[in-house]
Amino acid sequence: MTGAFPEATNGAGPRAVRRELSGWGRYPVAETDAYRPERASSLEELVRGDEPLLGRGLGRSYGDAALNGAGGTVLFERLNRFLAFDPESGVLECEAGVTIADILDVFVPRGFLPPVCPGTRYVTIGGAIACDIHGKNHHRDGSFGKHVLGLRLVTASGDSIRCGPDHEPELFRATLGGMGLTGLIAGATIQLRRIDSPYVSVDYDRAPDLDAALRLFDETDERYAYSMAWIDCLARGRALGRSVLMRGEPVPKRSASESVGSSNGGWTGDPDRRVRMPFDAPSWVLNPLTMRAFNSVYYHRHPAHRHGVITDYGSFFFPLDRIGDWNRIYGKRGFLQYQCVVPPESGREALVRLLELARSGHGSFLAVLKRFGEEGGAGPLAFPSPGYTLALDFPASGDGVLQLLDRMDEIVAGAGGRVYLAKDARMGPDFFRATYPDLPAWLAVKRRVDPENRFASDLSRRLELTP
Amino acid sequence: MTLEAGGTVLVLGATSGIGRHVAATFARRGYDLYVTGRDLEEVGRLARDLEIRHGVSAVEDAFNARSFESHPEFFRRVLESSDGKLAGAVVAFGLLGEQEVSARDFETARAVIEVNYLGAVSILSLIANHFAERGAGFIVGIGSVAGDRGRQSNYIYGSAKGALALFLQGLRNRLHPSGVRVLTVKPGFVDTGMTYGLPGMFLTADPERVGEAVVRAVERGRDVIYVPWFWRWILLVIRLLPEWFFKRARL
Repeated sequence: MTGAFPEATNGAGPRAVRRELSGWGRYPVAETDAYRPERASSLEELVRGDEPLLGRGLGRSYGDAALNGAGGTVLFERLNRFLAFDPESGVLECEAGVTIADILDVFVPRGFLPPVCPGTRYVTIGGAIACDIHGKNHHRDGSFGKHVLGLRLVTASGDSIRCGPDHEPELFRATLGGMGLTGLIAGATIQLRRIDSPYVSVDYDRAPDLDAALRLFDETDERYAYSMAWIDCLARGRALGRSVLMRGEPVPKRSASESVGSSNGGWTGDPDRRVRMPFDAPSWVLNPLTMRAFNSVYYHRHPAHRHGVITDYGSFFFPLDRIGDWNRIYGKRGFLQYQCVVPPESGREALVRLLELARSGHGSFLAVLKRFGEEGGAGPLAFPSPGYTLALDFPASGDGVLQLLDRMDEIVAGAGGRVYLAKDARMGPDFFRATYPDLPAWLAVKRRVDPENRFASDLSRRLELTP
Repeated sequence: MTLEAGGTVLVLGATSGIGRHVAATFARRGYDLYVTGRDLEEVGRLARDLEIRHGVSAVEDAFNARSFESHPEFFRRVLESSDGKLAGAVVAFGLLGEQEVSARDFETARAVIEVNYLGAVSILSLIANHFAERGAGFIVGIGSVAGDRGRQSNYIYGSAKGALALFLQGLRNRLHPSGVRVLTVKPGFVDTGMTYGLPGMFLTADPERVGEAVVRAVERGRDVIYVPWFWRWILLVIRLLPEWFFKRARL
């Protein structure tokens, strides 16, 4: 059946284009055979070939999670169809190449939101599942995997199988956050979240130091559906960890139409990105001096408290999407993002040490702090767990960056935390094994469903998940 | 010039890269769709997506360009389903084949010619006769710049597409008095599964833009368009080259 509708009409099988790909951090970079199927049946045909494969969405993971230098990469951008939607229940079935942006554009005007929105809307559902992404609402709603009712996976045997909480549950859970290593995620059924208006009411609160920020999170996060903080990772002394908390609650319909009027139900869709980073910034643009200055201005720009700011979801969720190719500000050598989670008990201490370390290095102005909820993540390799998550950027060209991050690993391991695979480009296999205690359970599923490691990535090889 | 709003557009070969986007663009304009392909499951996915994204009705059906005997019954189904509201039809199916294979193996060449030309003649004759009787409707045939001149690198596909262009031209002439419009679309290289990974691609067009261009051309009552526009001038030059020169070229 699969060979009957060849896209490569010469009948010789699907064609690949040799391409150099990278993650969002543009470090590292790998060459791969990139396939770009346009129909669902092509996936099974691809898997029946010889090459080791990896699915890839829009490449918004930072490091080598979506790179496969030793084989083929399956680009999902054209497998992006909506298959079914129930407006009563808000349950959506779609192909894995559908993006958060697509769902926003089509369903916000109909009163629905993706259940979890990460920091950018340019993420595919396949990627959202493979990384078990989290968003500003994790403390209340958990990670993306929690809202997946079922998924369709093309496994190493070449078969397309459905799995869900009640059907092949182990495989299902191993695929949530499984970094695409259990097979090609072809499609999923997800539960959308109902909204009454496309607006959020946002409260901005400045916290003069880390303790103040953590206190605000612990004591008042429950009031908000969405919560996170921009943290000044370059502040020192008593101002260590000073932050601006940005927390929001959805606006019910009536008050939205009173305070803000708009035509398309308020949804502005894909931001008209008139601003675009037109070139790779030279390496001197981001240096400790400029960054410290930026951070100071940004912190003080916010008043101590500013509540009830009505904002559309797009601006609130995805402030960086307005700047196309913003990763170019880190220059050609790219950057590394370090995102970790530390448990609540040891959290404060670990965060202080991490911030002090970051300051000694080449910290960046993009630093985020958030309190995770009790739910944690959805599968054995899931990243979110109760505690605080801190995300920091470092230019990849900086001296001693890799050693710096190794030292951060030691702090995180000591505190009982871990680092997010979707952002990682350099973690070592020992640290990984030590911080992901459910790894053996995941490996058991991997060995069962893909004994010959048909699905592998540069990340899986680095972490010794596959040879 | 505007089209009758709220009708149904038949898109044959809707699972092709161009077909998908033509269908999606019509759906965005509010037309209902009748979409076809050989892979009925895939066409079904396309139809569901059109319905969900654009809020129009989309019916899927199987259609094989080479199964000529099935075409009359197929078209009868289309008419029944669209219930008198068939506004237009788009032929977007095609088979590129591989020139070297087609040149040596007649069965392959035959497939290329039957899909690209004969299949179009078969189904378009039925459609044209229906529209002529009704005195309204539009027909779109997706040809190719490859049909403008016979080149050593692609003459079997090219001649089939060239034949299609001639057929559409004759149809345009025949149907003009009855108010039925016939549009010939000649794309250059388009970034779809047909050309993905092929060497020698240049100036490749985004299929979404091709879809937009096609629908706009229908709305404006155009006769022949090149997509993107600059191919018209490239092919003008190519067509003007004298034969004694061109036969020596390796284009």
